[in-house]
Amino acid sequence: MSRLSELFKQQSQRVLNVYCTAGFPLLNSTLEVMESLQQNGANIIELGMPYSDPLADGEVIQSSGNIALANGMTIETLFEQLAHMRKTIHIPVVLMGYMNPILQYGFEQFCKKAKEVGVDGLILPDLPLYEFEHLYGTSIQQNGLDFVFLVTPETPEERLRKLDSLSTGFLYAVSSSATTGKDKDFSKVAIYLQKLQAMHLKNPVLVGFGIKDKETFDAVSAYSNGAIIGSAYIQALSKGGSIELVTSQFLKGVLN
Amino acid sequence: MHLFNELTNYQAPSKEGYYGEFGGAYIPEMLYGNVETLKTQYLQIMEDPAFKEEVAALLKDYVGRPTPLFYAERLSKEIGTNIYLKREDLCHTGAHKINNTIGQIILAQRLGKKKIIAETGAGQHGVATATVCALKGMECVVYMGEKDIERQAPNVARMKMLGATVVPAASGSKTLKDATNEAIRAWINEPDETHYIIGSVVGPHPYPDMVARFQSVISEETRKQLKEKTGSELPTHVIACVGGGSNAAGAFYHFLNEPTVELVAVEAAGHGVNSGMSAATTQLGTTGILHGSKSIVMQTKDGQVVEPHSISAGLDYPGIGPLHAFLYESKRGTFMSATDEEALDWAFHISEIEGIIPALETAHAFSVLPKINFKPTDVVVVCLSGRGDKDLATYMQAMDLKK
Ligand SMILES: Cc1ncc(COP(=O)(O)O)c(C=O)c1O
Repeated sequence: MSRLSELFKQQSQRVLNVYCTAGFPLLNSTLEVMESLQQNGANIIELGMPYSDPLADGEVIQSSGNIALANGMTIETLFEQLAHMRKTIHIPVVLMGYMNPILQYGFEQFCKKAKEVGVDGLILPDLPLYEFEHLYGTSIQQNGLDFVFLVTPETPEERLRKLDSLSTGFLYAVSSSATTGKDKDFSKVAIYLQKLQAMHLKNPVLVGFGIKDKETFDAVSAYSNGAIIGSAYIQALSKGGSIELVTSQFLKGVLN
Repeated sequence: MHLFNELTNYQAPSKEGYYGEFGGAYIPEMLYGNVETLKTQYLQIMEDPAFKEEVAALLKDYVGRPTPLFYAERLSKEIGTNIYLKREDLCHTGAHKINNTIGQIILAQRLGKKKIIAETGAGQHGVATATVCALKGMECVVYMGEKDIERQAPNVARMKMLGATVVPAASGSKTLKDATNEAIRAWINEPDETHYIIGSVVGPHPYPDMVARFQSVISEETRKQLKEKTGSELPTHVIACVGGGSNAAGAFYHFLNEPTVELVAVEAAGHGVNSGMSAATTQLGTTGILHGSKSIVMQTKDGQVVEPHSISAGLDYPGIGPLHAFLYESKRGTFMSATDEEALDWAFHISEIEGIIPALETAHAFSVLPKINFKPTDVVVVCLSGRGDKDLATYMQAMDLKK
């Protein structure tokens, strides 16, 4: 059983997935950030691979990516940094990124290497359903990686069921159609999440985009299996200070 | 790896928007609804007779079409062949860009949209979009790189005078690539009432095909005009500059499936293809995904998109449309390039011998004329994509240097 399935078998409520950008704030801080997240109560780490043109991301995550790129982060360097991560990291790790750098690295090679270092799954927002089914899905599945599709309040039911059936690990429910880091009207989100609940999907649902603190985490956790926090944590890290201290304070604020 | 389509008809990508391996719609799920609506409706709308009539009437009375096909006598003599200029510079707003924005604004109305967003580099597409928004009373927001706003002040003023809001794109390298990112992000953030008018044959399917169809009026007219002037609808060569590739796609379109017609696409070499300051995408790029489609992209070995360089803001783009990537790969198209210096020289030369001041983009297309071995009987069409008014500052600088 995959690490993600194992996690959701043991914990179906308030699962917290925290996003961080590889190579941010420092080129070699990737593992330190991940260890800190694990240490302070994150259940899943979503590790972003920086890209020059991240279409789905708002300013905060964009700027962390630019800093990471300026620091010299590449996929090759990332895999070197992650080579021994499983000595210290025991929670699931999901890589998030855009197709272009992965194609340049070699898609098949990327999946193989990700599996080899102990990555559990992939989130690739610009890999759509059709291309997943016809071109790239096989490499992902054959290498034993989970793949997480995004769904939005506008995704029609038939398509949503299809995306659920092809996803493994969990399903990523975007709280509303927007880029990352935008504030949300959570009464609308609640209605959407209740609709998802009523569909009895195959996968656990984690909610992302606009989740930033205890209040928003609690609000969406009431109607889902948990949430993904990105921009708010990156913003906290951007302010500087000890990674361990920033992370423990941030996660205390969310989880307590 | 032509998984999707054995393409024999270059005019029609596969149902999912593939020209060979290039194209597709590599977009986040947040854009699915909008793009799917376009995908399922664009052909139906475009083939509706009432739509066609409305577009044709505006192209005639507002844009000033058909644009002339002009026999360039002195240029023909100099090169030793027969050269015709397709005068897109005479379109309202000064370039071919308006052929596309007229079509898309009416399409947006049919889709019930209230607001238009667009990206622009040099500002030509921004002006063409602001123009049709004024004409149709639609709200218009144009994303433009901070650097380009500084470089292209007159077009910024034109857009504002036409009632558009110009939003500086401050991310990344602050030029066309980033303006496009910002426009796509804006579309993600307010999808329902907004239509995104992309300015070239780039972006996710169905944009490359849709924009090519709206621009195809260029070659549709050219065929008729050639028949009148030469007795044959077919030239031996069609030459056009390529930024994203919309004027080239329009100039090539009705000749794509005519194997005797040589299609010549001219990219911007900047300071020289191997200078590190170039925008010659097919020469320097590799297969990649940019702005929602798979094509040829200028990028580092790590897959980060690089900032190109060209003296002409309209060719300063690190990708090309998927149709052109396919024309390149299948060798149906001949891809050449011209440097900043060659383009400047030819802008002055054409002004002096034909009395037409071309846009800097277009000047690149003229630059390859002496490099091709034409026969005296050849019939060559150059797409004169735009006029040079917007480039006067650059031309004035060049004149000062020559003194
Ligand atoms: C006059 C002119 N020609 C050509 C271009 C390049 O665009 P495309 O390759 O889409 O025709 C532009 C773009 O701004 C332009 O203004």
